[in-house]
Order: sequence, then C-alpha cells, then structure tokens
Amino acid sequence: MLFAVPFYAVACVAFGTIDPIFRDAVPQWNPFAWDFTQAQQVFTSLATGPLQGVAVRTIIYVVCAMLLCFIIGFPIAYFLVRHAGKRKLLLLVLIIVPFWVNYLMRMLAWVNLLSNDGLFTRFMRIFGINYNWLDGSPITVILGLVYGYIPFLILPLYATLDRLDWRLVDAARDLGANSRQAFRLVTIPMSKAGLVAAGILIALPMFGDYYTNDLLSRSPSTEMIGNQIEFFLNASSQPQTGAVLVIALSIFLLLLMSFYLRSTRQQSRQTAR
Amino acid sequence: MKRNKGSALVYIVWGYIIWSLVPVIIAVIYSFNDGRSRTVWQGFSLRWWFTDPYASVFYNPETRNAIINSLILAFVTLLVVTPLGITLAIGSQRIRGRGSNVVQGLTSAPLITPEIVVGAALLITFTRLFTAVPLGFAAQLLGNVTFSLASVVVIVRARLVSIGPSFEEAARDLGATRWQALRFVLLPMLWPSVMASLVVVFATVIDDFVITSFLSSGVNSETVPLRIYSSVKGGATPALNALATLLVLASFTVLIIGLLGLSTWRKRHGEQGGLRAALADVTQIES
Repeated sequence: MLFAVPFYAVACVAFGTIDPIFRDAVPQWNPFAWDFTQAQQVFTSLATGPLQGVAVRTIIYVVCAMLLCFIIGFPIAYFLVRHAGKRKLLLLVLIIVPFWVNYLMRMLAWVNLLSNDGLFTRFMRIFGINYNWLDGSPITVILGLVYGYIPFLILPLYATLDRLDWRLVDAARDLGANSRQAFRLVTIPMSKAGLVAAGILIALPMFGDYYTNDLLSRSPSTEMIGNQIEFFLNASSQPQTGAVLVIALSIFLLLLMSFYLRSTRQQSRQTAR
Repeated sequence: MKRNKGSALVYIVWGYIIWSLVPVIIAVIYSFNDGRSRTVWQGFSLRWWFTDPYASVFYNPETRNAIINSLILAFVTLLVVTPLGITLAIGSQRIRGRGSNVVQGLTSAPLITPEIVVGAALLITFTRLFTAVPLGFAAQLLGNVTFSLASVVVIVRARLVSIGPSFEEAARDLGATRWQALRFVLLPMLWPSVMASLVVVFATVIDDFVITSFLSSGVNSETVPLRIYSSVKGGATPALNALATLLVLASFTVLIIGLLGLSTWRKRHGEQGGLRAALADVTQIES
C-alpha cells in the first residue's frame, strides 16, 4: 500500500491537466479521464526532442561506469573467493567499510581533492596535467559514479562467485583446458546469471542518480535524467513534466528489474541443482 | 602458475582498498586544519570541532540543528519501523502458496527501486494527495519508514526461514497457546535479526539524502546529509569535513555496537559464527 498509492499519485499528476491561470498541475484522480497529451510531448522530447541528449547521455554514463565497475570489481571479487586465504576476513572487512561511509562524505572527499588547489589536482600538475576536474567534466562524473557504486557491485559479485562449484573449474583444468579456457568456458557461463543481477543492481540506482553529478560537475553539459526530474519537481513550475519523467524512468527501470528477478531466479535454480 | 595469478591480483585488491579509503581519510584529516581551507594544510587545530565559538560543528546553531534533526528522525523511524517490520515478516511468512511469492516480491521491490523514484512519488503524494501530511518531519518520517521497511522485513524473514517452524510447533505440542509460542519461543529467537535490522535502518536513515531532501521543508527539517549537500559547493570551512566525519562516526559506532552485541548473543546462545556470522547478519541484504 505504502508503495502503490504514491505511484498512483504520480500517474494522476502526469496524466492530469494544467491549470490555465496558475500554470500549476491539476491532478486528475479519475483514471478514465486521464489526458496523455503532456505525457506524449515529454516522451517525444525524450526520443527526438530537447531531452534526447539527456537520455542518451544518461545511458552512456551508466554503461561506461558499469563497465569500469566490472573491470575493477570482478578481479577483486575473484581474488577474494579464490586466492585470499587467511587474509580473507580482513580484506572483506576493508571492502565492506566504504559501504558504511556516507555517500556524500565520499563525494565530498573527492570534491576536496579535485578542486583547483586540491591535493589530487596539484599532484597531477607534477606530471603536467592541468585539468579542471570539477568544471563539467564527463570523466569526473563517470569516475564519481564508479567510485560511488562499486562497493555495491563487489559484494554481490563476491556472493555469486563464492557460491560457485569450483570443482567444475578444476575438472576442466584436469581435462586439459588451460586457465583461460576454463575461465571463459566454465567460470563465466556458471556465474553469468549472478553477474547480470549484480550489474543491474548497481545500474538501477545509477540511472536515478542526480547528486553525484550535481556535486562533481553542476554543469548542464553533464546533466542526467535524475537532474531533470529533480529540477522539474523541486525548482520549476512544471511538476507535471517531472511526473512524466518519473514514469518514463520507472518503466525503463521496471524492465531492468524484471531482468534482475529473472536472473536471480535462474541463479537460485542453478545453485539448487 | 596459480600463485602467480593470485599475486598479480593482490595489487588490484590493495589498490582498490587504498583508492576507496584514502580520500575519505584525507577528508577526515582536513577537518583538523587550522586554516579556512579544505584543501591546503595549515597546521593542526580543533577549531572546527570545538574551539571556535561560532563556526565549529558543535557550536554553530545550524549544524547543531541539523544533527538534532537527524538523530530524531533516525530514532523515531526505528521506533516505528522495527515493530512494523517484524509483524510484516512474521505475517508474510505465514502466507502459503501463490500469495507468498507476490508478497515477497512486493516487500523487496523497494530495496532495488532507486531512491529518486520513491522520493519523487512520495513528494507528489504528500503535496497533492495526502495534503494533511505536511512536508518536513512528518513526511520525512513516513518516507524513511517506507524505504527502510523492506530491509527489516528481509532481514527478519531470513532469520525466520533459518529457524524453521519446528520450535513453534514443539511449543504448541507442549501446550502453549499460539500467542505464547510466538511471545516466548519465536520472538526471543528473532533477537539477532532485530538487532541487525536496527543497525541497518539506523545507518540508512541517518545517511539518507534523496528521500529526506525531496520531503524536506527547508531549514527546520534540514538533516546532516542535506546540510553537507548544500554547503559542499559553497566556500565551506573544514567544519563541513568535521560534520561529515561525525556522520561516518555515527554509523560506525552503531555498526560496531551491533556487531559486538550480535556476537555476544550468539556466543551466549551457543550459536556458532562469531564476528563473521555477525557481519553476514548486517550485510545480508546486499549479498
């Protein structure tokens, strides 16, 4: 209930009409009288109009950040499961620590390091790299997303790999596969469902992120869909557009979520077998 | 061969740990900076923590106000959400068959829904539909309850599954009423999961930014994360770092108390596991 009612309210505002005098959104509580013209406009704008850039940018940023997360996160999870030995608990604790450090604190830390006289900027100047990190740089935003969300990837990856039956990999090795073949033909297919689930698990919040962007760049040239929602709902007089965007985002994320549920189910079936 | 590969990965792992922790440690260190800068070191001082009568964390009226708001919000949310979550978990566990899958899906949906969607939806609900709930503390409380309820349900339900029905059935066979079996057998056994969810909910609420921000009504419902967010971009002093450090300290204090409590409980009740199991208790929603 707590969850369904708010979504109904969003739909009512999104598909309601606009008060002609005050330009304020008038919610339409009767679903049969919903008016889809405004929604249509926003959807067209997302597909071909002014919001298209934002939509495409959001997807590019999230995909880049996710790939980087996997490139960094997978070896770590793999190491923890396969080679950590006695140090496992210590490493696991150290990797869980960022989980409990407030997200804003972690962003604040980077804002300090990357600002004009920040330690990192000064350090990079030694190598002759003089870059304005906090001035609407897509690199900063993507790396910020990676930094922010990677802990949320490593733990599920660790859980997935930990559950694998590694005897099968050893069997592949015994039967003559080299380590790369065993990895590609046994480890990856066995953990695929878990990898997909973990990827979606961090893609979902990244798609709705607006604060990383706002803190690290604050420039319209790196805006993501979350920034638009936040703007339309909090700072503008067009809450209706905001509501339609929430619905558009939710539909998109719902698709991802159903993928997620499917792959977790697949995963539990695999481990049960 | 295998050893070699492992040792190459070691560097990645330690590199990651350094990358993930050092910036935060630097930010903490700079809260003790003697100058006004958050980026250039000018000597050690406690001025941003205690000594400065106006700008330090503990004396600035605005930051004090934010700290108090954050604590109140976290504790009231805990008071509401814990009993509610336990009841829901036990209730949903009793539903058999087809319905149980639906209920499970519905209760865990909020865990993977992005906060911005929940926040925006609740904002519209409280400004258009239930206008009786004013933005500010009341709306923030309801929002945080909605968002953190799922984690309580998931944690408690995992415990219920591992306990199984046999203890309750035994109590019933020995003559306990349904209520007595619940009160004297099941609830005491749930204690570790209750403790774990207290820790998790406290940390989520005290750290929450998106929902609390969407549902805030300005300065009188400003919490610590909101205050940090709004002052990062301005020319804030190291007091900002100190405030963020306090936030981190708060979650770690609660986490450590929770972990110690959990492992002593387990020891006393003869359950194995110690620290590792306790760690699994508080992180299980993620794994």
